[in-house]
Amino acid sequence: MKQLFAFIRKEFYHVFRDRRTLLILFGFPVVQILLFGYALSSEVKNIGIAIQDNARDVNSSEIVNRIKTSSYFQVKDEIVNYKDVESRFKDGSIKCAIIFPANFGEDLYRKDGAQIQLLADASDPNTATIVTNYLTAIIKAYQQDLNPGTALSYQIVPQLRQLYNEEQNGSLNFIPGVIALIFMIVSTALTSVAVVREKELGTMEILLVSPFKPIMVLIAKAIPYLVLSLVNFIIILLLSVFVLDVEIRGSLVLIFAESILFIITCLSLGLLISNVTDSQQTAMLIAMMGMMLPTLLLTGFMFPLENMPWIFQVISHIVPSRYYYAIIKAVMLKGMGFSYVWKETLILAGMSVVLLSIALKRFKIRL
Amino acid sequence: MIAVSVKNMVKTYGNVRAVDDVSFEVKKGELFGLIGPDGAGKTSIFRILTTLLLADSGTAAVEGFDVVREYQQIRNRVGYMPGRFSLYQDLTVKENLTFFATVFGTTIQENYPLIKDIYDQIQPFNDRRAGKLSGGMKQKLALCCALIHKPDVLFLDEPTTGVDVVSRKEFWEMLTKLKEQQITIVVSTPYMDEARLCDRIALMQGGRIMSIDEPSGIIKSFPKPLYAVKADNIYKLLQDLRSDQAVESCYAFGEYLHLTPKSEVDGREGIIALANKYNPQHLVVEKITATIEDSFIRLMQDQNGMDEFKQVTDGE
Repeated sequence: MKQLFAFIRKEFYHVFRDRRTLLILFGFPVVQILLFGYALSSEVKNIGIAIQDNARDVNSSEIVNRIKTSSYFQVKDEIVNYKDVESRFKDGSIKCAIIFPANFGEDLYRKDGAQIQLLADASDPNTATIVTNYLTAIIKAYQQDLNPGTALSYQIVPQLRQLYNEEQNGSLNFIPGVIALIFMIVSTALTSVAVVREKELGTMEILLVSPFKPIMVLIAKAIPYLVLSLVNFIIILLLSVFVLDVEIRGSLVLIFAESILFIITCLSLGLLISNVTDSQQTAMLIAMMGMMLPTLLLTGFMFPLENMPWIFQVISHIVPSRYYYAIIKAVMLKGMGFSYVWKETLILAGMSVVLLSIALKRFKIRL
Repeated sequence: MIAVSVKNMVKTYGNVRAVDDVSFEVKKGELFGLIGPDGAGKTSIFRILTTLLLADSGTAAVEGFDVVREYQQIRNRVGYMPGRFSLYQDLTVKENLTFFATVFGTTIQENYPLIKDIYDQIQPFNDRRAGKLSGGMKQKLALCCALIHKPDVLFLDEPTTGVDVVSRKEFWEMLTKLKEQQITIVVSTPYMDEARLCDRIALMQGGRIMSIDEPSGIIKSFPKPLYAVKADNIYKLLQDLRSDQAVESCYAFGEYLHLTPKSEVDGREGIIALANKYNPQHLVVEKITATIEDSFIRLMQDQNGMDEFKQVTDGE
């Protein structure tokens, strides 16, 4: 037991005395969270819009006003000449344009109704769809206000509610994914060099000629990163709650317990990589390239798994972060209890046991 | 009592026979040296004895334990200092020592008397990182770490390579003191001058042991008279003497040439007469006793000669 503590203390010294490791450990998560939270947001805000109001009557000005006061749009230009619209699209200053015909107000009171032209830049189809939806919603709302009493019969009004994320806060979707990504990188990549570094520096040579047990080395290598990953996790949670306004609905205890389990899975994977490679570079490359891409692509937080070709769907089943992402999403955002995530939990636990035993088995007791 | 025994050990790396049918025994409490240049197979022998490598064939035992089957017992009982500095560079002197003491289930205090002489010299640098120590200090720290669990057998692989002359001398004084504590020491070195400080030595070359004996025995067994020769243009003299029929071998040794004549040349006078054929300026000739290096060179030549002979016969 004393030996184990000596080992663990030594590993902590290694971590704290290596500035690069510390930077990866603590700099990386903060940057990731803020990057995903602000820069890489899929939310649509402050869209550049050009307005060509040929009518200039009460109705058109009212709609223009409503667009102006909405936080989604930023009116870049009020255009007189239709030709200018295209040039604005081309130089990228606007993403959409709205054009009122000259007799907009008059047409409104005719049987056929009035028309408005909406133009959107569909080079980014998602944004184009979102933008036209916003604009249509504003126009529809105005129309409703115009004739409040005269509700038509046979009208179907869909009542929408975006459950679990009513404010359309994009952070909610990516936070669990980013947490999984960070654990994968911090825990797996950093432990993946832990054992192989001793081989490379020659310290393994002297360590082997001592009565230590392989399991002791593996545990000692894993524990500092487990502790530091948890510290990281707390930082991420605090950032999510206080900076990105994410509401945590489920039990914190469960979230922590599941996170510890996932960290252990990542650490086991890292230790396995470390035991089968011969140089720190190879280990880092496997951990980074081999783990980061699948985590990004096959976890489901960037691209929905359901839409992928079946081969990728099959592969995604061996990506641990997939299960963790599902668990955290369910517990943190939907407030589910353990009974909803026991299957994923079991899979992660199984993966940890398998990875760790392979790592232990592959531990070389000689040079 | 036998502390280390090696029988017909062979280790190959691809086509290279790093250890080629090596056998030797080390008695308990003995200071045994493996002497030879780089590539002689010393490190491979050390790694096999410390259970880090498996030999291709042959057997070896340390303190009576087989290096393959009972490797764990051996790992408990030996101290090992690899040729390359292998402590944790980012840990301080004290932290390294404490760590290795704990790993072996002991404490610095418990075995303090054993390492006291060495540790006292590095104690002022207790809080310095091992990577920031000088070469000599590193060796002392590595020795402390190898000794901290009071091993029965100490394996030191080229402990003085890359260390200054003063530190080398100090290091060997420490080894002599350790021997008094009844610790068996197996040490390797490429420096011939260190060989005479061992109780017994094995001269190695190309994976084979050429000779095992006490240093004095090795010197005594030098079969022929040896002369030191010096003149002004020593390079020319070397060339001339080498091409002379009556000279068996001649090589540069410091500022002198060491020369072995064929048996027909008669004593010092004979050598002077021989050298004078080439009109050397300020000729000096002295009869000397062979050093271990002379013995080494002679054995090496004998072996190479045999190899060449073999090659010739193989070729036919």
